[in-house]
Amino acid sequence: MAILEAKKIRAGYGEMEILHGVFVKVNEGEIVSIIGPNGAGKSTLLKTILGLLKPLEGRVILDAEDITGLDPDRIVRKGICYVPQTDNIFPSLTVEENLEMGAFIRKDDYKNRMKEIYRIFPELKERRKGRAGKLSGGQRQMVAIGRALMLEPKILLLDEPSASLAPKLVQLIFEKILQINRSGVAILMVEQNTREALNLAHRAYVLAMGRNRFHDTGEALLKNEEVGRLYLGG
Amino acid sequence: MKIEVLSRIPQLVIYGIISGSIITLGAIGLSLTYGILNFANFAHGDIMALGAFLGLISLALLRSLGIPQTPFGPLSFGPPMILAILMAMIFTGGVAIFIDRILYRQMRRTARITLLIASVGVAFGLRNIIQFIWGPLPQYYFKGIQLARKVPLIGVKIKPDQIFIIGFAALLVAILHLFLQKTKTGKAMRAASDNMELARVSGINTEKVILWTWAIGTALAAGAGILAGIENKFITPSLGWEMLLPIFAAVILGGIGSPYGAMVGGMIIGLSEEISTAFISTAYKPGVAFVIMIAVLLIKPRGLFGVK
Amino acid sequence: MESAVGVLNYMVFFAITAGIYAILCLGLNIQWGYTGLFNIGIAGFYAVGAYTSALLSGPPPGPLDWRTFGGFQLPFPVGVLGAIFISGIIAAFIGFLTLRLKEDYLAIATIGIAEVIRLILKNESWLTNSVWGMKHIPSPLYQPIQRGISGFITAHPDLSFWIRGLISNAYNWFYLAIILAILGTLYWVSERSIRSPWGRVLRAIREDETVVAAAGKNVFQFKMQSFILGAMIMGMAGSLYAHYAKFIDANSFEPLYGTFLIWVMLIAGGSGNSKGAILGAFVIWGIWAGTDFMSGYLALSATRVASLRVIAIAVLLELVLLLRPQGLLGEEKVVSKMMGK
Repeated sequence: MAILEAKKIRAGYGEMEILHGVFVKVNEGEIVSIIGPNGAGKSTLLKTILGLLKPLEGRVILDAEDITGLDPDRIVRKGICYVPQTDNIFPSLTVEENLEMGAFIRKDDYKNRMKEIYRIFPELKERRKGRAGKLSGGQRQMVAIGRALMLEPKILLLDEPSASLAPKLVQLIFEKILQINRSGVAILMVEQNTREALNLAHRAYVLAMGRNRFHDTGEALLKNEEVGRLYLGG
Repeated sequence: MKIEVLSRIPQLVIYGIISGSIITLGAIGLSLTYGILNFANFAHGDIMALGAFLGLISLALLRSLGIPQTPFGPLSFGPPMILAILMAMIFTGGVAIFIDRILYRQMRRTARITLLIASVGVAFGLRNIIQFIWGPLPQYYFKGIQLARKVPLIGVKIKPDQIFIIGFAALLVAILHLFLQKTKTGKAMRAASDNMELARVSGINTEKVILWTWAIGTALAAGAGILAGIENKFITPSLGWEMLLPIFAAVILGGIGSPYGAMVGGMIIGLSEEISTAFISTAYKPGVAFVIMIAVLLIKPRGLFGVK
Repeated sequence: MESAVGVLNYMVFFAITAGIYAILCLGLNIQWGYTGLFNIGIAGFYAVGAYTSALLSGPPPGPLDWRTFGGFQLPFPVGVLGAIFISGIIAAFIGFLTLRLKEDYLAIATIGIAEVIRLILKNESWLTNSVWGMKHIPSPLYQPIQRGISGFITAHPDLSFWIRGLISNAYNWFYLAIILAILGTLYWVSERSIRSPWGRVLRAIREDETVVAAAGKNVFQFKMQSFILGAMIMGMAGSLYAHYAKFIDANSFEPLYGTFLIWVMLIAGGSGNSKGAILGAFVIWGIWAGTDFMSGYLALSATRVASLRVIAIAVLLELVLLLRPQGLLGEEKVVSKMMGK
């Protein structure tokens, strides 16, 4: 059952078209990775799905509802949350306030949800009254993901979650992502760390120069010779 | 250093605190709008002037309604002034929201420089509307001179009105602090100031945040304008432009987008300006703010607490 | 017939002032239109130019003057060149401090500088005579031409009224010719320079200076050159004003007249477009001077009408920014000299 589907997406910035008809599908409970070289349009695709960019052509369907071109704050209400690659926390707010902002549009009592987030990221619990800007890279990333989870989304969009993290932290973050997925959240993840991204994913798409190149299960792509040669360093 | 010069410093510190309180209120508003709307609002000074003159109207209105004028204790004014300040703050916020609706809102996506130019237009427009209605000559809230009293032990002089100014500014700052820290909207404002796009993506209604920012920022500016009027005894349409430079200096020193930085910046600028008069001519007071500002821009453009 | 002479004479005066504003606009166009430098300190350079001319060409301090310096009574060209030179020096100093700053920081810094210049001019009375101003700044060839005019009129006592009216004003025609000649030259210089390799770099800096820096160009140096050149032109305008008005004081250079109006002129005419700069100057000044006549018709005091005028100009600026931000003529499509035009 597809929870998110993007079809024939053409999008770009101003006069520069980056995506020339891209498709991606995420089923319930899946982790889907998007990999490919720099400039392939991976981040652009996420932004288009979330409504930060309006596509020139194509459709974005969430749970059978057409959300193409809607504003981000409306899309967020429908169950997609997004963690940008950089500038993904509110540095002058405390960790707890960051999470509060994530839950901003909730009318109900979200304390339980916050407890849940602290369960997934116990490292944050002890630092919850501290300024988010003072945290280390790994901890910030946790705050960023935690904030996005406060709305209990159906699907979480992650833009290069392991970027600029030390290798030990990369492992940690991927473990958390797996944990989050197991709790019922589908994940659509853009990643530079190709090997890990394919390891983790149920299915994956390879994007290059704004077009789909391969898509298959994570396992299959890992074994694919061409993919290995181009993106995994032999 | 001459002893004579040094002996003047405590008194100048008092003046600096008074002046700094006023600059701080102006600077907080400017820093908030700068951080959230992402452009330097050159009309902010004239918003202060607008507030000062709306205070004048409010006072006149209240007088005509027959509200008793008897001053509070040693102050120069009574209840009408307090009411007038509140009314002016509300009306000024309303005007600012109106200007945002008809002008800045249409330009949300344009370059910062274009917004800046537009705000220069608003600045001149506001100032001349004020001048059209009231003329260029000074206007007074109330007549009469108040005598400064000596503070025991420290040996400086201060007027009761000036104590009110410092106290009222501190009160507004305290209220703002509580608002920013404890209320949902206040936190959303701080979040939007840090990262507007992330705020949107979190579902925060950023247009509402923007309206709140205008309302609060300009209400504080109005307060500053009126306090300046109480301190200087009179107000003129060019009050705003004259204060613009020290206020900008305070914002930059404190760090754009940081209301707390603006508070610190405002006091530092106020104190620096006043203390400098012990060493250089009073006429060059605004130059002091300018020098500090340039120094900050050259050495640490983010200022003391800025994130951008 | 009589009023026609009056109107014509007024038009000459109008054209001279508009021409001086046009020169200021061309200067700003080089800084802002070409290079994207947001200079709110125009009034400062204008004032510096005017005072330099006054100090170089004016008479020495008299018994009633506060000032103690200057008044070398040097001829007009020296006054103008001096103004250009000093404005350039000051611009170099200011540019050195501020041109590395980001756009809106530059704007704030230039306001501060204009303010400091204004304070200095107002307070250092030994130099500038402060609010009492500098008098008797000589206009070029004033005596010879006036003598020629009076000689001509006395020699021809039976001239019609309107010819006499025209000829009495002949000096202003002469000065207008000077202004137009300078304006034309500056226009030509602007147009040539924007099409040169130098001009192309400036344009690129305006678009995206990081790209230019990445290409290995010294962005700061180009900005300095553009800033100094623009400032020298502004100083020249100030000098031309001083030599025409014959009297300047610290109040002649209020931020309103010196700066706001010029910005509106350039934006309304078309930033980045030299024709636009000139057109904008004449059109806006036309509106400004035209509304001057209104004070007779509206039952309002002169100060009230002045305020109304500024409000009208401010509204005009906002309308241009909202509806046609590129101005009347828009930015010029510039083709490189190499590719021919």
